Amino acid sequence: METIDEPTFEIACTVNGTAVRTRVPVRRSLVDWLRHDVGLTGSHIGCEHGVCGACHVVVDGRVVRGCLMLAVQADGQSIETIESPSASARIQALQQTFFERAALQCGYCTPGIILQAAELLAETQMPTREQIREALSGSYCRCTGYQAIIDAVDAAAARLRGE
Amino acid sequence: MKPARFEYVRPETVPAALELLASHGSDAAILAGGQSLVPMLNFRIARPHMLIDVNRIGGLDRIEVQDGALIIGASARHSEVLRSQLVHSHAPLLREGLKHVAHAAIRNRGTLGGSLALADPAAELPACIVCLDAEITLASRRAERAVAAENFFTGLYTTACAADELLLHVRIRPFDPQWRFSFSEVARRHGDFALAGLAFAVRLARERIDDCRIAFCGVEVAPRRLRKAEYSLNGAEVNNGASRVAACGALAEELEPMSSGDCPAEYRIRIASALLNDAVERLAREESFHGDD
Repeated sequence: METIDEPTFEIACTVNGTAVRTRVPVRRSLVDWLRHDVGLTGSHIGCEHGVCGACHVVVDGRVVRGCLMLAVQADGQSIETIESPSASARIQALQQTFFERAALQCGYCTPGIILQAAELLAETQMPTREQIREALSGSYCRCTGYQAIIDAVDAAAARLRGE
Repeated sequence: MKPARFEYVRPETVPAALELLASHGSDAAILAGGQSLVPMLNFRIARPHMLIDVNRIGGLDRIEVQDGALIIGASARHSEVLRSQLVHSHAPLLREGLKHVAHAAIRNRGTLGGSLALADPAAELPACIVCLDAEITLASRRAERAVAAENFFTGLYTTACAADELLLHVRIRPFDPQWRFSFSEVARRHGDFALAGLAFAVRLARERIDDCRIAFCGVEVAPRRLRKAEYSLNGAEVNNGASRVAACGALAEELEPMSSGDCPAEYRIRIASALLNDAVERLAREESFHGDD
């Protein structure tokens, strides 16, 4: 809901490969815009101040906090979310190993964690468990106690190496 | 938790940004990485009338060497600085410090200039920049000026940067190969703000400390060189325990630590001393291991 005099800005970007041109209120966060205006509810809103990692989205190839970037800043950028139909082999492998290892319970943090883990696996083919922990240190999970998540990322890395 | 209303502008050149700062400076906030500003907007702790987004200013994120000195543009993102080979070879301390800064997704967005301009007392980069004796270049419509890092941080979240000034870049002079650097800190969890962090640079000549620089984050309201502690180490053999004890004693006298319920001043001094003691001990071990190289 916007009032008539809400400052807005015209943006053009791609979301999961689809070109989008629209006008956004300048104070709307990227994740709010994706959820409420684009209709992609896979990126979640947890803390809204950059602590929990539930809102991760990928902007021009880098994982960022969707709550700490404004939608207007997506102008000219390529945005990818967990819903991306062109999900990389890494994301698909992670989704599979998370499922197999039951590395989620409520699933609220899972999209953010998978995107961050995929970024790690893009840079490091054979991460140590310590590296996995460090890479995921910016994501909160209140259900699993993290062990299963680390196991699942470890397993996905092995599978991507063809082991 | 949504920001109060603001006007959003996105200049594409430095002069355009300076023009906006000249007319709106005190009512405006610079939006760089947004990793501290946006939470403050969401909490409505900050309510600027205008956000000046500097992310589209070309070249403001450069990392290059000029006349031997390393220049890092204000909007260079932490992850780029961390990855940069130039930073690795010219200012390895920054890389060591950055490993402790927040988490991957935050580093993908947060900027060097943003961290310096905010001057959070617990932030690692201001202490590193002071330890490196770097120079910070500020510009306004009036003039451009370079400020020594130590004069830049003037207090709690306070810097020498005026309301109409924009931080352009940081300049780090070259160090000869005898210099060694280390960054170490104590934080409750990796990536959290430090209870105390030490940026330490030391120049060795034949296993003797020839020169050194000590700066902390998380201890005082702003980072500065701790000259009494530095003085106690200068000239000492690197494995001389007595000079280590003297330096830690000097720290306890010299530091004016912040105090909070969960981390009283005395405790911060103890952590700071332990960090310095360990850093010098580690250095002595490495030197005896490497011999004279």
